[in-house]
Amino acid sequence: MTTDTAPGDIAPRLRHGLSVPSGLLDYAPAPESSAIVHLRDSYGLFINGEFVAPASGRGFATINPATEAHLAEVAEADATDVDRAVTAARAAFEGSWRDLPGRERAKLIFRLARAIQERSRELAVLETLDGGKPIRESRDIDLPLVAAHFFHHAGWADKLNHAFPGRNPQPLGVVGQIIPWNFPLLMAAWKLAPALATGNTVVLKPAETTPLSALLLAEIIQECDFPPGVVNMVTGAGATGAALVEHPGLDKIAFTGSTSVGKGIARAVAGTGKRLTLELGGKGAHIVFEDAALDQAVEGIVDGIFFNQGHVCCAGSRLLVQEPVHDELMARLRRRLDTLRVGDPMDKNTDVGAINSREQLDRITDLVQSGVDEGAAMYQPACDLPGNGFWFRPTVFTDVAQSFRIAREEIFGPVLSALTFRTAEEAVEKANNTPYGLSAGVWTEKGSRILWVADRLEAGVVWSNTFNQFDPTSPFGGFGESGFGREGGWHGLHAYVKVAQ
Amino acid sequence: MATSLTTGATTAAGGSVAPWEPRAADGRAVRVAPVDEVALTARAARLRTRSIKTTSKAALLDLSIRIMDLTTLEGADTPGRVRALCAKARQPDPLDASVPQVAAVCVYPALVGVAVQALQGTGIHVASVAGSFPAGLSRFDVQLDDIRAAVDAGADEIDTVLNRSAFLAGRHQQVFDEVVAAKQACGAAHLKVILEAGELGSHDAVRRASTLAILAGADFIKTSTGKISPAATPAVALCMAEAIRDVADQTGRLVGLKLAGGIRTAKDAWHYCVIVGETLGEDFLHPDTFRLGASSLLNDVLAQRAKLRDGRYADSDDFRVD
Repeated sequence: MTTDTAPGDIAPRLRHGLSVPSGLLDYAPAPESSAIVHLRDSYGLFINGEFVAPASGRGFATINPATEAHLAEVAEADATDVDRAVTAARAAFEGSWRDLPGRERAKLIFRLARAIQERSRELAVLETLDGGKPIRESRDIDLPLVAAHFFHHAGWADKLNHAFPGRNPQPLGVVGQIIPWNFPLLMAAWKLAPALATGNTVVLKPAETTPLSALLLAEIIQECDFPPGVVNMVTGAGATGAALVEHPGLDKIAFTGSTSVGKGIARAVAGTGKRLTLELGGKGAHIVFEDAALDQAVEGIVDGIFFNQGHVCCAGSRLLVQEPVHDELMARLRRRLDTLRVGDPMDKNTDVGAINSREQLDRITDLVQSGVDEGAAMYQPACDLPGNGFWFRPTVFTDVAQSFRIAREEIFGPVLSALTFRTAEEAVEKANNTPYGLSAGVWTEKGSRILWVADRLEAGVVWSNTFNQFDPTSPFGGFGESGFGREGGWHGLHAYVKVAQ
Repeated sequence: MATSLTTGATTAAGGSVAPWEPRAADGRAVRVAPVDEVALTARAARLRTRSIKTTSKAALLDLSIRIMDLTTLEGADTPGRVRALCAKARQPDPLDASVPQVAAVCVYPALVGVAVQALQGTGIHVASVAGSFPAGLSRFDVQLDDIRAAVDAGADEIDTVLNRSAFLAGRHQQVFDEVVAAKQACGAAHLKVILEAGELGSHDAVRRASTLAILAGADFIKTSTGKISPAATPAVALCMAEAIRDVADQTGRLVGLKLAGGIRTAKDAWHYCVIVGETLGEDFLHPDTFRLGASSLLNDVLAQRAKLRDGRYADSDDFRVD
């Protein structure tokens, strides 16, 4: 039996999160239980192997962005606390860690990786509660990558002479690390794993809206019997970060976050002799040629900009479509947007979770309004949003010009700006026409074109016929205002060692 | 033998064959989009992480029964065997009147008469494989006779196989013409064309074969005969669902999808419902457009249904083997 339809008629109706689903695909609630997490009322700073009160006695609250419910109070580290932490890290470096054979460091890091694996569900639930990302993502993507980073770098700990043959690699000493709120635990892993494997000690500052998974990681590090002072964590906001950056007792700073803060750190570090790596913002170009596998390109586009609500430095936030397939691709994309489930991050069927903070929500709202004001055409699916919490519907703009703010500025939200191009040359020119240079994606069935385009794209990471693929062996980082230095693999080790020429 | 330079298709008599180009009934070209294997497989796998609980699980379990083509296609099938299967089709669980009927019973042509009689008055369709199932390599006129005979015996649904031999040799026009002729031979019966996706070699080929079968007049496209492995897979189901959607967008004609072969557990069944529903829409999840060809699946669905009802698993002997 066949039926007649108008093109575009096929559209799965979705009303997500209903307690009494009325349609077959309005899936019944499938909540992950939060009972596995045991939240404390308040958390101290992790210094020299212990949780201690902050010098000032001040703390700040961290909330669940999906509900705005209070989760816990977290200590605010000031310059005194940062000094204690750096001192402890220095003592640990000089005292035990630097001289520990690589294979002993490896054992500790392997133990940590194994403990993370065993407590993955707990860590994933905590990550979702504190940050707002869907449990499916923290469970299936974040946590496996976290464990993988520690396993991979544990393997390097006793093989540094193979990584840098004849160059006598040595640790730098004490490193200060500042991480963002979009992948709290994963960014902690990207920072801690190579630093520890190469024999450095660490003072880490988690983001102020997402400190909890890092603090649980600190507990696990404590349980794994790392020597006290090897890993220290100081929680706080911008002032804490500044105190850490400015501390004279550090040999290196590693920062992941916004370009504007990164520039400030570069200025602060200039002339101090501290080494620096920065992983900053991006405005990734997602290029789709007319011969692309369109249905799969739609999936790649959706993953590229709506994964983690678009809170991704390497998000494919600019869609460059070859003109002949623009209308068809956008029609498929709009239809696919209608199937995205926005809602409770703790529901296992949620595709798009909460925006991380009110501040970020305001920024996104503001930039989206600018898109409308500048004349772009906006599409959002008509999905219901929960009452409280911070939410933004997946959004696609068409009729976008390169000069629009939504095409130039990093929105860091679930907002895609689509532009057209005619030739591969024009695609490359438009893709590179940005001060950023972190990531790009290319969709085409023609292998020679993938190679031609990838060669010319000024982006640290180029994905072809896929997007958002990460692996601890694969070096990640950008060009230009997206920062410098690489994380992951052999390239990522360079940042944490000094070598003879 | 003359060879067409463009497709390499040949005719036995010599002379080149114009390559088959997908066109709608009104002559407009239909585009067959390329398929990226890695991304397709990843999307199908991601859809399998949907968590189906409580009322959704109950609804999809019942749907799985309502869209099932209960199948027996063995050389050893006897009238007795077919009558027993039909009894199960009418009343899958005699102790639970809330269990729906299946959509159809699927048998070989020689047993169609038995099935028709056993299912009289129930509204359950009688589907027959016909046209040289499963290999599809008998003489074509014999295949058409097979179809007509099955229809005459009372089958209202015919499942034929695509000519993979001709397809893989590049003679797509021939494959197309054979489906057109099969559809004609069906008369009022609906035609399902089995692609035998496991033999086609790539999802690009599955997409092309799907498009070809639909444009040639198939009412349903079907994944597999169930006689070889791999049969239905999540990636194939997604690929064929996307092909159906694409042709419907371009021509306005929406055909049905049947997944068959290797679907044994209720979980497999509801995951396929998710893959197809999230691609083609909720309204597509209906026996008029969506079928699951299976045999042992029914008992697993009944067991899951009973567990939802009773709060514990039943013994496997609580469900009849037919």
